[in-house]
Order: sequence, then structure tokens, then C-alpha cells
Amino acid sequence: MAYSEKVLDHYNNPRNVGALPKDDPTVGTGVVGAPECGDVMKLQIKVGANGVIEDARFKTFGCGSAIASSSLATEWVKGKTLAEAAAIRNTDIVQELNLPPIKIHCSVLAEDAIRAALADFAAKQEKNA
Amino acid sequence: MTVKLPIYMDNHATTRVDPRVVDKMVPYFSEIYGNAASKTHAFGRQAEEAVDHARKQLAKAIGASSDKEIVITSGATESDNLAIKGAAHMYREKGDHLITVCTEHKAVLDSHHALEKEGFRVTFLPVKTDGLVDLAQLEAAMTDQTILVSIMAVNNEIGVVQPLAEIGKLCKKRGILFFCDAAQAIGKIPLNVEELGIDILAFTAHKLYGPKGIGALYVRRKNPRVRLEAQMHGGGHERGLRSGTLAVPLIVAFGEAAELITTNQAEETGRLLALRERLWAGLNAKLQHIYLNGHATERAPGSLNVSFAYVEGESLLMGISDIAVSSGSACTSSSLEPSYVLKALGVDDELAHTSIRFGIGRFNTEEEIDYTIARVVDVVSRLREMSPLWEMVQEGIDLRTVNWTGH
Repeated sequence: MAYSEKVLDHYNNPRNVGALPKDDPTVGTGVVGAPECGDVMKLQIKVGANGVIEDARFKTFGCGSAIASSSLATEWVKGKTLAEAAAIRNTDIVQELNLPPIKIHCSVLAEDAIRAALADFAAKQEKNA
Repeated sequence: MTVKLPIYMDNHATTRVDPRVVDKMVPYFSEIYGNAASKTHAFGRQAEEAVDHARKQLAKAIGASSDKEIVITSGATESDNLAIKGAAHMYREKGDHLITVCTEHKAVLDSHHALEKEGFRVTFLPVKTDGLVDLAQLEAAMTDQTILVSIMAVNNEIGVVQPLAEIGKLCKKRGILFFCDAAQAIGKIPLNVEELGIDILAFTAHKLYGPKGIGALYVRRKNPRVRLEAQMHGGGHERGLRSGTLAVPLIVAFGEAAELITTNQAEETGRLLALRERLWAGLNAKLQHIYLNGHATERAPGSLNVSFAYVEGESLLMGISDIAVSSGSACTSSSLEPSYVLKALGVDDELAHTSIRFGIGRFNTEEEIDYTIARVVDVVSRLREMSPLWEMVQEGIDLRTVNWTGH
């Protein structure tokens, strides 16, 4: 498998690896995928009072493309409003990372992870409202 | 410690041609270039003599009683096809049932699938969790209609060695032919067709430090005399079993590679075993949650298949890109399915995705093993730090209780 320069860069220097406190009401956590499928992504966002995502973290079990897709997703959601983050599409990730067809599912998973984190945050907001 | 990079440790896939073998082969391209079938002139006779000599070397390497029992082919895939289809077609009148094992090489499995389409019945035996065939199950599967049992010597993915002598005895008792794909075995473990009761045996040069594109099929001539239907028709070479002009330089090389094996087997086995134990001990000393796939001792000396839990295999390969090994992970295959061999052992898909196959060979050194241990430990530790599964396990979460969103 030949990897694009960008995938290699994210694999070797992943951005925003780590964890945010998942019980924090300003943090949304999304976990998607399954170990038996070979990839699991956890993506977290921390949302400021102004509704802008001020921080993001990820951890990924998966191939290099899955790691790169989730690393890129955390970079992209930072500084975006919730609505802007929800508009990120897997095809944008595919294009940015030059993913081959067989790795498109990695980008789909990253999109799912963003949505799951947003949904978790929204659920917390509703609960605390 | 100076190690030349990259390191080749994928000797199940293929092996480097031994320089001594290359030296023997080269003159047969431009100096002794006759057609071995041209018996009327010196060029042809010289080529024929070289082939005869190589055939003796090959026969000796597997303990065959006559060099007439060696049929030259293009490799193990062709040998597998000739053995299985050739025997099935020849003995069709006697029976229509074949037995093989679900962890065999695709060349064996798919030859059987092709025969199923022709109306043959095939039993694909499962294996135990250690990768070995259950002999009682094998015996129970044998019927009066069974004409051939095909079981490999050494598995290409996990390196386990099947109980060949016992299988040979069961086959003999029932008068069933025993075909053994020994592509991964010759050169790795001592193997004698007479002692093991093997009737047909496939092997290939490029797994034993010879060139690619040349292989052989051993076909027993006595007790019983095995007959096969040719799959390649033409000039009647190889006693009519495999037509086609003999690739003299490759055959010479194959013979020489086999001779090097025969004369150095014990020493080489010991050396590979020591390197493998060094690798396994080194990994175990520094990493938790790593699992050996396949039987611990009934395995080829240079072979180690390990699952590194919570780290996906392809991402691990990426991290150790200066070491050539392979993975059972789905992501390294075009099918996105994890290894069918690991599945057959009952290895969870989750662990199959994390497996790495190390194939230690003749040219690997202790320094390379130590470098590999250090690199693998480093990359596995780094990837576990970014693995959500590892994080959950550290938090005491049982991954089996998590409601995953599979896709």
C-alpha cells in the first residue's frame, strides 16, 4: 500500500492525540467502529460558551489511513461552530488525504466520529438545560 | 550496533537467492545453453546432465528413493494443481471424495473448489486452536470413496507443522493417497517422504534460497505407484506429466539450493530456532498482551506469528517500515477480510487484525533480531498510547461488554 505524503505526515506526527474529561458538560465524546472490523475511533470536542469548538482530541485503533483521517478531523473541527463541524464530509477528508478507494471507509468513520461527538455534546446540553 | 536497513524478515513470502546458488546457475544461461531434450548433440547432452544431477539433489533433499520420482514444474502452485487435479482425474473411477484442511494454501483450496464444480465431493477439515489437524476427525472423514488426502507440512501464515507421519499412516491404512504441500517446509524442517508415508509432495525453489519460477512435484513410483493425469500437454517432457522445455539454469539452481539445505539442515535449524526464541523472549520481556498464533513448539524454526492486542496490524507495519514482515490484518489485503487461517484457529477477528508474521531466514542476524525487538516495542507502545481500546482496557473496561457500532 502506497501512502500519500499527507497520510504519512499525520501517522508520524498525529495532531491532538489524547483525551478530554468525558464527564465535562462542555465536552462531547464520539466512539465509532468496532474492534472486529479493525478500526475504532474516539473523537472528543470541547465547546466554548460562544458555541465554537475550542479544542479536540482523538484516539484511534486502525490502519494508517484511519489514524490520519481522525487526526485531520480534529484539526478541522477546531475553531469551527457546531454547525460548521457538522458540515464536514468524508469526501473532503478523502480529497485532502488522497485516500485510495479501499480506504474510503476510514474517512466515513471519521465523519461518523465527528457527528457522534456533536450528538453527545447536544445530549449533554439538553440534559443540563 | 550497526544494522543494514531495511531488514528482510518475510522469508515465508520468498527468500533471497543464496549467492552460491547464483554462481552455479549463471553459466547455464550463456555457456551451457542447450535444450535438455536435444539428445543428439553435445549442447543438449550437457544440459541434460545438469538436469539429471539437479534431479538427484532434489530427490535426496526429500528422501525420495529415485530421481525418477521428481517432476519439474514452475513452482508450488503448479505442483499443487497437478497433484490434486491430476490424482482426482486419474482415480475418478475409484472414488469421488477428497479431503483437505481449511488452512491450506489457496492453490490447494481453489484446486479443490474447481474439482467440486466437476462433481467431486470435498471435506474441508477444521483445525484445532493450535492450528493442527485433529487426527480422529481426519480418520472419521475417510470413506471408501476417498481417493486423496491433501495436507500441508508447514503453514505459510502461522508456521505450524502438521503431524505428517500420523497422517501418512492413516492414509496407508485406508489405501488413500497422501499429498503434501511442503512449499514452506523443505529447507525449514527435515522431511523424508519414505519415513512419513507421503505419496505426492510439492515444493518450490524460492522458499529455500533458490530462484522464483521453478518447483517440483514428487510422485511416488513404488508402494504404491502413483499415476497422475497431466495438466500441461505438449512434447511429453517429465515422463509425460509436465510438457514444456526445461528451464535448465533454474533447475540447476534449485538442485544446488536443495543440496545446501541437505548438507546444513541441522545447523541451520538450530540457528533459526535460537533467533526465533530470542525474538519471542525479547518481545515478551517488554510488551504485555501479546499472543502467539499457532502451536508453540510444533512449528517451523524461523516462524513466529504474533498478535499485538489493541494495535491494528497495518498501522504497526507502517511504523516498522524498515523491517519487511507481513500482517494478517484485513487492511493489508484487498478483500478487507482478516486472515482465513487465523479465523480457522478461532482467533477473534479483533486479534487477527493485530497479527504480524515474522519469517526469520538464513541471512538474518542476532543484531537484526535485537533491532526488530526494539522497533516493534517502540511502535506498539506508541500506537497503544493512541488506541482507544488500550485506554478502555487500562480503565478496566471489558471490551466484550461494549456496544460497538460496527460498519
